[in-house]
Amino acid sequence: MTDEEDDIILSELPDDELVPQMHDDLYDGLNEEIVEGVNILLERGWMPYKILTEALVEGMRIVGIDFRDGILFVPEVLLSANAMKAGMKILKPLLAETGAPRMGKMVIGTVKGDIHDIGKNLVSMMLEGAGFEVIDLGINNPVENYLEAMDAEKPDILGMSALLTTTMPYMKVVIDRLKELGLRDDIIVLVGGAPLNEEFGKAIGADAYCRDAAVAVETAKEFMARKHNQMMASA
Amino acid sequence: MSGNIHALLKKKGWLLADGATGTNLFNMGLMAGEAPELWNRDQPEKILALYESFLRAGVDLFLTNSFGCNRSRLSLHDSADFCFELAEMSASLAREAIARQNCTAIVAGSIGPTGEIMEPLGTLTYARAVEYFHEQAEGLKSGGADVLWIETISSREEFLAAQDACQLSGMPWCGTMSFDTVGYTMMGFTPRDLVELVSEMDNKPEGFGANCGAGASDLILTLLAISELNPELPVIAKGNAGIPQIKEGKIHYSGSPEIMAIYAELARNAGARIIGGCCGTTPQHLEQMKIRLESTPIGSKPTQEEVRELLGEPSFTPGGAKRAKAGKRRRRQKK
Repeated sequence: MTDEEDDIILSELPDDELVPQMHDDLYDGLNEEIVEGVNILLERGWMPYKILTEALVEGMRIVGIDFRDGILFVPEVLLSANAMKAGMKILKPLLAETGAPRMGKMVIGTVKGDIHDIGKNLVSMMLEGAGFEVIDLGINNPVENYLEAMDAEKPDILGMSALLTTTMPYMKVVIDRLKELGLRDDIIVLVGGAPLNEEFGKAIGADAYCRDAAVAVETAKEFMARKHNQMMASA
Repeated sequence: MSGNIHALLKKKGWLLADGATGTNLFNMGLMAGEAPELWNRDQPEKILALYESFLRAGVDLFLTNSFGCNRSRLSLHDSADFCFELAEMSASLAREAIARQNCTAIVAGSIGPTGEIMEPLGTLTYARAVEYFHEQAEGLKSGGADVLWIETISSREEFLAAQDACQLSGMPWCGTMSFDTVGYTMMGFTPRDLVELVSEMDNKPEGFGANCGAGASDLILTLLAISELNPELPVIAKGNAGIPQIKEGKIHYSGSPEIMAIYAELARNAGARIIGGCCGTTPQHLEQMKIRLESTPIGSKPTQEEVRELLGEPSFTPGGAKRAKAGKRRRRQKK
């Protein structure tokens, strides 16, 4: 940290300094600075997808690491996520126009009885940032909501979140219903939330437990790659 | 009022508190996704059975089944208008359980978090949070709670709002936070912050400390961080019985009654004077904890090595990571 921090003028920074500065500003949860940075890069002719990946997603990846390591906590990460959201708001329509690559589609929601959505929102945003289409069902979802969304949206991945030890067993209810209906093998199920662990995820029949949003993105990518490989192999 | 924490502590030196509510109700047939609080009305005999199982295990104090009796949480179950009644029932059932067992115990009215994020980060205003908690507090008071018991809180603002509600209802209170993220709460609050917060309060709690969290080792390390500051108020320990696992399709916690007995002894050595369990802690665990606490003297504070050896690897190293707060521009060191 330096004392001259107020003197940074984003538009005067060359690209190779502006992008790291945007990582720092994202880390510090500064909305206006992120919006300004995104606009400057657009003016300089950067493709929206390049801004997304190199400035925003990379910045959030750093935030994710420090969140995982207990350096940043929920209040900081919420500020960072809000700053990312502000940047995404500009990029989203442009990304659609420019045909950015699509990684896959995910339906995500917090399970019935649980209103906690910090982790879920973060995962949604990071996945969108990584090129996934995300259908967010919000909080307090009974199994019917997941089934309806799966039917309507035909996602590749189903994500479930719970923060309470009293609500996390509901994930098993959803997975058991998928099995009953013969739908389980058609979808990748990822679960997350503070009281969960890897063993728990396996025991309830999920494909993977993701300990944080950064891991969720990596895991989603990995499973999509596997799915593609399988499709290629069976074709 | 039949029970007073201060007086009982003076007499006994330490108190045994109860175990889990939610996870024990699952074992009694509560379905995943159902609100445990609705059972106060719909399955009162099961709530009585839970309370009585704790009383038979010999607890000095137990919590009411009212953790989520606030508008924010009960609205998920279309029952927001029953907050007062359900809280009241949870406490009157507790009184009934004591009468049926013909014993004495302190009835602690559980007040859990709203689940919402408070302003300015979230949308829940301070005034509204106080209103929610006050409704719950009045219900618990009316049902006959001796003390209000704020638990599993992670943010300073929510802790203060719940405390304000206790004061509005004119009830004594206790408060614990869940330090489940590398020794901090998920909102970045430290044990030291909590000690400072309660020490500065005008309306001081009867006791304060840690509950839930991430396993017994973590909880003892949290207690050590608290007792290092020599707080004047009694310290509470209510840790989980290990971590959740699935066995034969049912949730099971990894910590055995023997492990929880060791945890209880270490918790008291680490400075706690009100000791119980949280998620996964059954009456069988409590029986072993009681035997251990009654048969051992209060020993010296355990070292981190002893905690590791006796209870397993904690999820963090105390003082390992330093929180970096956002909201102000900085430039990290160039590498």
